[in-house]
Amino acid sequence: MSVLIDKNTKAIFQGFTGSQATMHAEQCIAYGTNIVGGVTPGKGGQLHLNLPVFNSVKDAIDSTSADTSVIFVPARFCKDAIIEAAKSGIKLIICITEGVPVLDMIEVIDVMKNYPDVRLVGPNCPGVISPGKAKLGIMPASIHKEGSVGIVSRSGTLTYEAVQQTSEVGLGQSTCIGIGGDPINGTSFIDCLKLFEEDEDTKSIVMVGEIGGNAEEEAADYIKSHVSKPVISYIAGVTAPKGKRMGHAGAIISGGKGTAQDKFNALNSAGVKVVTDLNLIGSELVKIL
Amino acid sequence: MNLHEFQSKELLEAYDLPVSKRGIIKELGDIDKALKQINFEKGCVAKVQAHTGGRGKVGGVKLCKDKQNVEDFVNEWLGKQIVTNQTDQIGLPVNIISVDELTEIDSELYMSLLVDRAEKCISMIVSQAGGMNIEEVAEKNPEKILKFKFKGGNETDVSDLKEIAQSLNFTDDQKKQFFSIVQGCIKLFVEKDLSLLEINPLVVTTSGDLHCLDAKINIDENALYRQAEIEKMRDPSQEDQREYEAKKHDLSYVSLDGNIGCMVNGAGLAMGTMDTIKLYDGDPANFLDVGGTATKERVSEAFKLILSDKEVKGILVNIFGGIVRCDLIAQGIIDAINEIGVSVPIVVRLQGNMSSEGKTLLNNSGLNVIGEDSLMKAAQKIVELVK
Repeated sequence: MSVLIDKNTKAIFQGFTGSQATMHAEQCIAYGTNIVGGVTPGKGGQLHLNLPVFNSVKDAIDSTSADTSVIFVPARFCKDAIIEAAKSGIKLIICITEGVPVLDMIEVIDVMKNYPDVRLVGPNCPGVISPGKAKLGIMPASIHKEGSVGIVSRSGTLTYEAVQQTSEVGLGQSTCIGIGGDPINGTSFIDCLKLFEEDEDTKSIVMVGEIGGNAEEEAADYIKSHVSKPVISYIAGVTAPKGKRMGHAGAIISGGKGTAQDKFNALNSAGVKVVTDLNLIGSELVKIL
Repeated sequence: MNLHEFQSKELLEAYDLPVSKRGIIKELGDIDKALKQINFEKGCVAKVQAHTGGRGKVGGVKLCKDKQNVEDFVNEWLGKQIVTNQTDQIGLPVNIISVDELTEIDSELYMSLLVDRAEKCISMIVSQAGGMNIEEVAEKNPEKILKFKFKGGNETDVSDLKEIAQSLNFTDDQKKQFFSIVQGCIKLFVEKDLSLLEINPLVVTTSGDLHCLDAKINIDENALYRQAEIEKMRDPSQEDQREYEAKKHDLSYVSLDGNIGCMVNGAGLAMGTMDTIKLYDGDPANFLDVGGTATKERVSEAFKLILSDKEVKGILVNIFGGIVRCDLIAQGIIDAINEIGVSVPIVVRLQGNMSSEGKTLLNNSGLNVIGEDSLMKAAQKIVELVK
């Protein structure tokens, strides 16, 4: 088993015919993911990568029964794209795009309260992969290996580090979820921890966090009372200065809150194994199993 | 993006919020004209305009009784640097001074609107402990902080605010003023894509009116494409020059105090790389995310940026290839070094797609570049080389 996506997932790409979407759709298809088409308004009826292009998400669902959408549209159109997908009946929306205005996300979250069975992952994230089953995102397939570790992360390239190390020590991954580096996003650490806890094939969990906000502290609270599987965590940004945005819109220590040390403390007290050396995620995980 | 106090007040004014009349001085000759903008009978408050708090504690805010006082203040500050407990030791240049009309204060409150990450909405924080450091209040007297969550959109139901107004002990007239200030603030916040609007202090004047005495505004960088008027208010002199240059090239850069320059793809990994250097007893000179596609052009710009910091004694490049081929990245790095000439040692860690080919290319380039495939080894190597 895996979480969120597997062999049965039927996915479309929104912004399908753009260059980034095209490149990544090709890679997802090559991985064996069931991509059934895509949406580019005004290009409905065409074929792209030998798949049908639709003018709207609704048209795409009507013809293909797609249940999942990967969004590649430019940041300024993301709000409308996400809301369209949710209203049309998509159940899992993965928004890869970076740079979505934060007030757009507040509006999206507000609208999505009316669609409680729809999950949004991202924005500003690498996507989701269940190795050996399906890949919906921009992560390099080659470093993944089918296995037992559930990985959840706020950062793309840091996820790849965790993936590579868990592959190298022979554990592999059940599912890897990039929840994104923005201050407001659809899926939280807690959502993913819950999914991994319930998934039979996930035997341990890697949680990769970073400075800013208090999502890691909330996750620590949740782990204390709800997660029985071993959890290992790395937090980036010990050396980050206060008040500076470290690339990701969400990675900022504001008002002295959200430091890496705060997060270490919270996770330690929840019984999570915290690694301060990013190079040791894999080897330390093996030790606690 | 941050605004100056006087720019923030201009925005508040445009939304009918009560702010002091003020004049702006950019050179000595502006003083007369600036003072004509305000009622100067009892004097004014002269304020250094710089993107930092704590100005008052270092003499950057001063009550001026007459024109001579203003001239002295302008002579003291204009063209100088202001160093506060919130800036670095060099401080920020003072190119603008405002002179604000006097306000007679009865009591001070704190008020701010912000993006509430945990609640995923805009929240307002109000406290009777005005003028003080709000983080301190939150820690020592959390009961003095009142919080209000705005539900979807910018429509505010006044009845929702009644409870807050009640606990602030406002008179009926002050309540009305408070409701209209809150409504103006949320409208401004939403329409101009703010990420923070802080009015500290919001004062009650001796005549019983509410008045916004100081204002601080931050704007969501991701929304600037639809805020052309706000973008024009940007003052590059208040930003770190390298960070400003980086932005122009779509690179994400933050200056630090160390001597090992870093170039990394991905923000999380860039932080992780800084942390790794520190862990192995080195000191990172910067945070730099070159983004997903580390092309020759971007790598060249990134090298130039890193080397413009004269403290840099060595560079660690950390690229997790992913879908991009590492041999192509290696060639980009070699070309960039050849083009701009780099004399400090460089350690490059390449991982992912075609990384061993990339490493071979680097090690055979004849340049002062060492290829590694483990971040741990790469960090240890660069730390050793800069010693």
